[in-house]
Order: sequence, then structure tokens, then C-alpha cells
Amino acid sequence: MTPNPSIFTPLLIASLAVFAWGCWKRLSLIMLGAPENRFDSVGIRIGQMLKYAFGQKRVLAKPFGLNHFVIFWSFLILLVANTEFILNGMFPQSIKLVKLPFEIYVPLAFMIDIASLLALVAVCIATVRRIVSPPYPEARSLDAFFILGLIATLMLAAFGLNATELAAIMIRSNSDPVSFLSVAAQIMPVSARIAGLLPPAHLGIIHAGAWWAHAFALLTFISYLPHSKHMHILTAIPNCFFRRLEKPNTQPREEFVIGNSFGVASVDRYSWKDLLDSFSCTECGRCQNVCPASITGKPLNPRAVVHDIKVNLLENGSLLKRGERPLTPLIGEGGEGSISEESIWGCTTCGACMEACPVFIEQMPKIIRMRRHLVETEARFPEELLNLFENMEGRSNPWGIAPSERTKWCAHIETRPFEKDTTEYLFYVGCAGSFDSRSKHVSTAVALLLDKAGVSWGILGKDEKCCGDSVRRLGNEYVFDKLARENVALFAAKGVKKVITQCPHCFSTLKNDYRQYGLELEVIHHSELLRNLVQDGRLNPGTKTAEFGNMVFHDSCYLGRHNDVYDAPREVIKAATGSAPLEMERSRDNAFCCGAGGGRMWMEEHTGERININRVNEAIKQQPDTICVACPYCLTMFEDGLKDVKTEGVRVRDVAEVMAEAVLR
Amino acid sequence: MLIVACIKQVPDTTQVQIDPVTNTLVREGIPFIVNPYDTHALEEALRLKDRFGCTVVAISMGPPNAEATLRKALALGADRAILLSDRVFGGADTLATSHVLSAAINKLHTEVDEVGLVLCGKQTIDGDTAQVGPGIASRLGYQQLTLVGHIENLDLSAKRIRVSRKLEGRHEIVEAPLPAMLTVVRELNRPRYPKVPMRLAAIEATVELWDNQTLKLNEQKIGLKGSPTWVSKIFSPERVQGEILGDGYADPEGTAKLLIEKLLAKDMLPI
Repeated sequence: MTPNPSIFTPLLIASLAVFAWGCWKRLSLIMLGAPENRFDSVGIRIGQMLKYAFGQKRVLAKPFGLNHFVIFWSFLILLVANTEFILNGMFPQSIKLVKLPFEIYVPLAFMIDIASLLALVAVCIATVRRIVSPPYPEARSLDAFFILGLIATLMLAAFGLNATELAAIMIRSNSDPVSFLSVAAQIMPVSARIAGLLPPAHLGIIHAGAWWAHAFALLTFISYLPHSKHMHILTAIPNCFFRRLEKPNTQPREEFVIGNSFGVASVDRYSWKDLLDSFSCTECGRCQNVCPASITGKPLNPRAVVHDIKVNLLENGSLLKRGERPLTPLIGEGGEGSISEESIWGCTTCGACMEACPVFIEQMPKIIRMRRHLVETEARFPEELLNLFENMEGRSNPWGIAPSERTKWCAHIETRPFEKDTTEYLFYVGCAGSFDSRSKHVSTAVALLLDKAGVSWGILGKDEKCCGDSVRRLGNEYVFDKLARENVALFAAKGVKKVITQCPHCFSTLKNDYRQYGLELEVIHHSELLRNLVQDGRLNPGTKTAEFGNMVFHDSCYLGRHNDVYDAPREVIKAATGSAPLEMERSRDNAFCCGAGGGRMWMEEHTGERININRVNEAIKQQPDTICVACPYCLTMFEDGLKDVKTEGVRVRDVAEVMAEAVLR
Repeated sequence: MLIVACIKQVPDTTQVQIDPVTNTLVREGIPFIVNPYDTHALEEALRLKDRFGCTVVAISMGPPNAEATLRKALALGADRAILLSDRVFGGADTLATSHVLSAAINKLHTEVDEVGLVLCGKQTIDGDTAQVGPGIASRLGYQQLTLVGHIENLDLSAKRIRVSRKLEGRHEIVEAPLPAMLTVVRELNRPRYPKVPMRLAAIEATVELWDNQTLKLNEQKIGLKGSPTWVSKIFSPERVQGEILGDGYADPEGTAKLLIEKLLAKDMLPI
């Protein structure tokens, strides 16, 4: 009934060697990445790791998350049992948990027994789920079933081992089976019940079979782990520790000097953390299940992007280490290990993938860095963008309209220039608010409301320039850098401290991106300001307007997910209409993009369903009379989408228009 | 073989306004751009460079700040950039301008390498004369192919070019021996976008300055003195304020009806 150390020990050493080799290889590949400081705020990082890795906060947010939670914690508990097993395999009878003091052994044995049962149940559920209703079709992979089978084998073998040992003690001590097992059941409830079923004559062979089954499963698991997606068992915890602590709503600057390279076309140009990300992904598919591009049938799949980076790194790693040219291109149509240009251009930078990822993988910044390479180094991009880039650089707006026309929106109302030291708020109208004929109405509504509330505000007029959001997300960092420097200098010269924006893209760019240029502004989205003005009694939506009927609210990605502003627009609607807006199935941090972010506003959608149609159909399910938005891009996408789905009688309004209706009428 | 692309810095005319009092262009604060037609000429030169390995020289006559235009050409891939700038070149009409440009091209031809093609935009958006290209061709004795919409064939060994000219309602295929001067239309190509490393290199690169000490031209034939024409007046036709019909935002249907009634009343709708 004893294990054989002369067979087990060499096998153990071999599997540990395979394990160590796999880990070392991957660690050395991660070290190929560029430096990046993720070692600041260690205390906060530890807290985040405890919350998200050990507490599994994001894992638990979705169905089947509990299942993973059970497996994770069972594994932690079973680490004790497996350590005992390994030591026991090398030095039989020398180390046994049972030799621990009784008051430690009993609860420990109980926990191990229950954890094994829970893990077994959880892997069975996981297996059935993968067969019946997998998170995505490719999740029915051999790799997944293999590892689930291995875990199940480990648990079953552990029960076999414990049960035979209990049965053997029972026989050796000539105890009464009923009373012995009832006592044993208080320590190991599952194993004791199994022990009662075992045929006494075959205990030896069952024990030996269970022992070796456990040994082989465990050693296979150890050797296989770093070579599969299950590597995440080791990398996910540090990945939560090294997560980006601030919201990933901006991208790092580039330094424009001769000799620098721009963007990423080879995996070693990513940072070590980007590469650690690729080994932390267990391909759960949560990102692709929320990605607007993936959902509407486009080639972009955030899970595949991270997977391809890993495959590319594994294939090219040794060449890159020697400083040679990689064989598999990172950007290309070459299948696994390469990411197609259509995928790279498909991203709306909505951030849903990053919000969904349980281990904080940052998919979007990786995509933008590939865009930077395409735009800045190769000058290769969808042809619709040529005009956009030239217009942005030449005339500082997407349409190439003469800057002198920036003030046409306010020709019929009273406006004033922003005056240094006297005006409190700069109303940064934005390109859409200044030039887009529909959004001009929103600008007017905002201006009239500000006047009504007695806010001190002014505009930059023809001196206002584009914030540069689209060009930055499209990877044209060179033009963004130029616009940002010009704006920062202009704001500094004018003494701008507080800014009102009516566009979440301007909002996020001025607030977050310009910080990299040393400009700290107090930026407020118009929905937040309107909410504050109502709370302060400066705006009185006296007659609650019922004119808008049923109203559903759509969260803009750059207001909600990227900046956590969810309540302000809802409170504005409630104040104006007397009732909270209806919610779509996907709302707040789970909201679905309108399809225009990340510069997609300026590009055609050639593949699959149109993203705005998908979202409009979702909104219509709530049978709204009005769809309320807080972003000029969303406004355009919804109005266009409504025309396409041919729904009569549904209007799209900005929150400011709704408030204006209630206050000014 | 050299390909010379003639490019001009022009004010962004969509942003130019005319001073109603002085009847002159208000140029203060108006950004300069590369004449849009010239960007197509430069692009074609760069494409021929990519195909045949010719050397592309971008030249421009203008004030010192026109250097920025030539740096853009360098950023896009031109091999050399030459700015023809001198006080005595100033105030030139198309005759005097083409005199200076053709002298510079001739200098390149005799001192550097044989010039095979000179590419110009069909006209500039500020002057709109379309005379400088033909002026260069006639002074240099080059074949003159205007309004080129497509280069059908360029045979460097036989020194012949065949182009398609885009005329009103028709295309004309013309073949000519080199050297030739082409003026090009927008349909010819889609200009490339500059790569950042090349933009950065262009900032540091040298834009050669050729003044009249370099070209040694007779001052009576250049600049204001060499210009038989001048602009005596420039003005915008007066526009009468239109009528605002309804509020299309608040009442799209009613406004549409109003518009139809108006158009019908003026007999402007085909029925």
C-alpha cells in the first residue's frame, strides 16, 4: 500500500524540470518587452490583487463565475494536500498530515475533503457547460477538456486514496464499521462514505491504483501547466498586482525625435506588462462577448488579439532574443500569431473588453499601438482616413471646414469670448458642436441653459481647435501631439481653469490625455454641470415635460466606462421629465458602443451588422418615444440607425435638449 | 533622369476673405497650404521614382516662408528641394514666374542630370491662370501635355510618354517625346500621407536656396519689372441675404412643404 519513491521521485523531478523550463522560457520572453514602471503604490496593488485575484471580484460578476471561484479556492486548499502527497511520494510515511495535532488536522482534513468534492462538482459543471453552451464556440477545445479531465481525475483519485486509507484503518483496528465510519464522516464526510462502499478484499489494489492515478494526473498537470492557457494559474495573480491603477482611458505619449520608432509591429516593442498580459489570458471569452466588433461579425476579436500576441511571441521569441528578424509578422494575414489590419481598424476603443477582463488585460492600448505603427511608420490606413488626417492637421476639425466658421452655430444667440481672469468656465464647444448641423442645436441648448442658470461662461470662437481624440485613438499620435501642444498653450495663455464640454470625447481628452502635457483642468461634462445646477436650484425644471414620452438612455463609452459618469445624465433626465429613464439590457459599465468611438466615426463599416443598428434595435426593445444620449457621435449614430431600421416616431435627443425643453419652455 | 515637381505655397483660399475697403486679400492669420493640384504632380513624380528610380526635385518660387511647402515635399519623399527666392523675383506675374522656374530647371538639366519630366498642377487655387506650366514648357522647348488625368505609358529607353488628357466630356490620349512638361488634374492619383520618420528627417533636411545670384537672370525679365500684367482690383460679388424658411429642426414636414410651395411658385420643380 506504499508508494514507490524510486519510480515517483525521478518522474517528479522530470515534471518539475518541464515545468521550470516552461516557466523560464515564458519569463525570458516577457523580459524581452520594453520597460514600464508598474511597481509604484505597492500597498494599493496588494489590495487590488487581494480583491480581484483572490476575491475574484470580476470573475464573480458573470454567470459561472462562482464555479471558477470554487475551483480557485479549492485549489488553494488542496495545495496543502498535494504538497503532502508529493512529500509522501518521495519519503513514504515520513510526512503525513495526520501527524499534526488533532485540533489542526481535523478541520484541515474536513476542508480538504469538502474542497475536493466542490472542485469535482465545479469541473463537471464546467465540462457540461462547455459541451452544451460554451462561452464561445472555440471554447470547446481539447485543451480545455483535457485540463478539466485532469482535475476531475485528481479529485476522484484523492477520494480513492483517502477512502482506502480509512477502510484500511477500520479493518486493522477491528472497529465496528458503522460507528467507525460515522466518526470518520465527521472528519472526511465524502471519503468516509466512499470507504463504506469499498470491497475489503481489494483495498490494496484500489489504493495503489488511486495513488498512481493521482501521481500521474498531478505530474501531468505540473508539466502541462506552463505550456497551456492554464498558465494563467501562475500569471493572473501577478497580472492583477501589476494592473494599470488609473483607468486605461488614454495612451502613452511618443517622443518625436529622429531615430525613434513609432508604434508596434513586433512583439518585443510592447512592454513587459503587455507580454505578461498575453500569458495571463485563459481565453474565457468575456472580452469578445462584449466587443461591439466581435458581436457584429467583424474580424476583430480581443481574445484572439491577445492570443496572437502570445503565439507570435512564442514563435519569434528566440529570433528576437538574438536580434534577428521575426518570421511571423505581428500585423499580417498570416493566421495564428498575426493580427489582420481589418481587426486593428475595427476597434471602437469602447473599453468594454478591458472592463470585462477578470485579470485586467489591456487589449485596447495594444491595438492602438499597432495602429500607430500603421499610420506613423507605414502611412497605411483605410482610405477614408486620409481626408480626416489632412483636415485635422490643416484645419483642426474632421470635416476640413474653415476655422472662421466655428462660431456660426451661435450666430443667432448671445455668446461671448472667454476672457482671462473674468470668465469662470470655458465652454469648449467641440468640432461636432460647432460644425455638425444636428449637434449645433445641442450647443445652443447648453448655451441657453448656462445663461438661464447665470453661469459665467465664454467660448474660444475661431481659435478653438479640435481636441484630437479621433486622431489619437486612430494611432496618428504625431498629429495628436501637435493639436495637444497647441491647445495646451492656448489654454495656458487664456488662463483656462474650468472647462465645460458637451462631447465625452473632448471631455476625456481634455481631462485625461492633456494631463500628460502638464495641463490639469477641471473638466466637467455638460450632464454633470446641469445636474449640479438643478441640485443648487439654479435651474428649475418647473413643469416636468412629458413630451418626450418613454425615454431610454444610452451610455456613451467615453463618459461612462472610461470616466465613470453614469448617474449625472440619468439625474438630469429624472429632473426634467419627472421619471428615471428606461434602461437597455446592456447599460452603464456594460453598455454597448454606438460604433463611432476610436475614430470609427470617420470610417465605413464594410463587414457584418452595423454596430449602431445593433444598438438601435436594443433600444427599440424598450419601446421608447425618445432615445436620450449625451454625446454627438452617439446622436449621429442613433439618428442614422433609426433611419435604417425604419422606426417611425422615435426621436433622439441630447440630455441638454431634454433639460432645455423643461426649463426654457 | 530628373523629374522636377513644381509646387507652390498658396493661402488656404477657403479661409481667405477680401477686405471690402481695399479690395485686397486679407492674408493675416490665414494658413498656407501646398497648392492642391501640385500635390498630385508631386505624388506622380514620387510614384515614377518608386517605379523607375528617377530622382525627384521639388522646386518652388516664393517668399522665404515657402520653405515649409518644400519641407512637406521632402517629408513625402522628394530627393531635393530648391526654393527660388529673391526680392527681385517678387511681384511676378505668370510670364516672369515661368521665366525663373524654367531657368532653374535648365540649371538642373545642365549641371546635375538630364531632366525628363516637369510636373505641375493644372493651376493654382490663388491665381487660377493655368499659365505657368505651359510657360515653362515653351521657354524650355519641352513638349506640353496639359490636364493629364493618367499616364498611360512612360518608356524611358525610347524616351516617350503617352498620357490621357481629361477634357470636358472626353479623354484624349496623346503621345510625346521626352522631355515633357505635364500639368495634372486631381483624378491622376491620390497623394500619399507622410510617414513620421520622414517628416522628422525633413525638419532637419536642407532646403536649398537659389537667389538671383545663383540664377543670374536679367532683372528686367523677372519680378515686378518683368511682369506685363498686374491685378488692378479684386472683389467678391455682393450676396443678398437669403430667406429662412420655417424651422426644419422643429417641424421638418411643414418646412419641407413650405420649400416645395416656394419651388413650385418659382417653377423650379420638374413636374
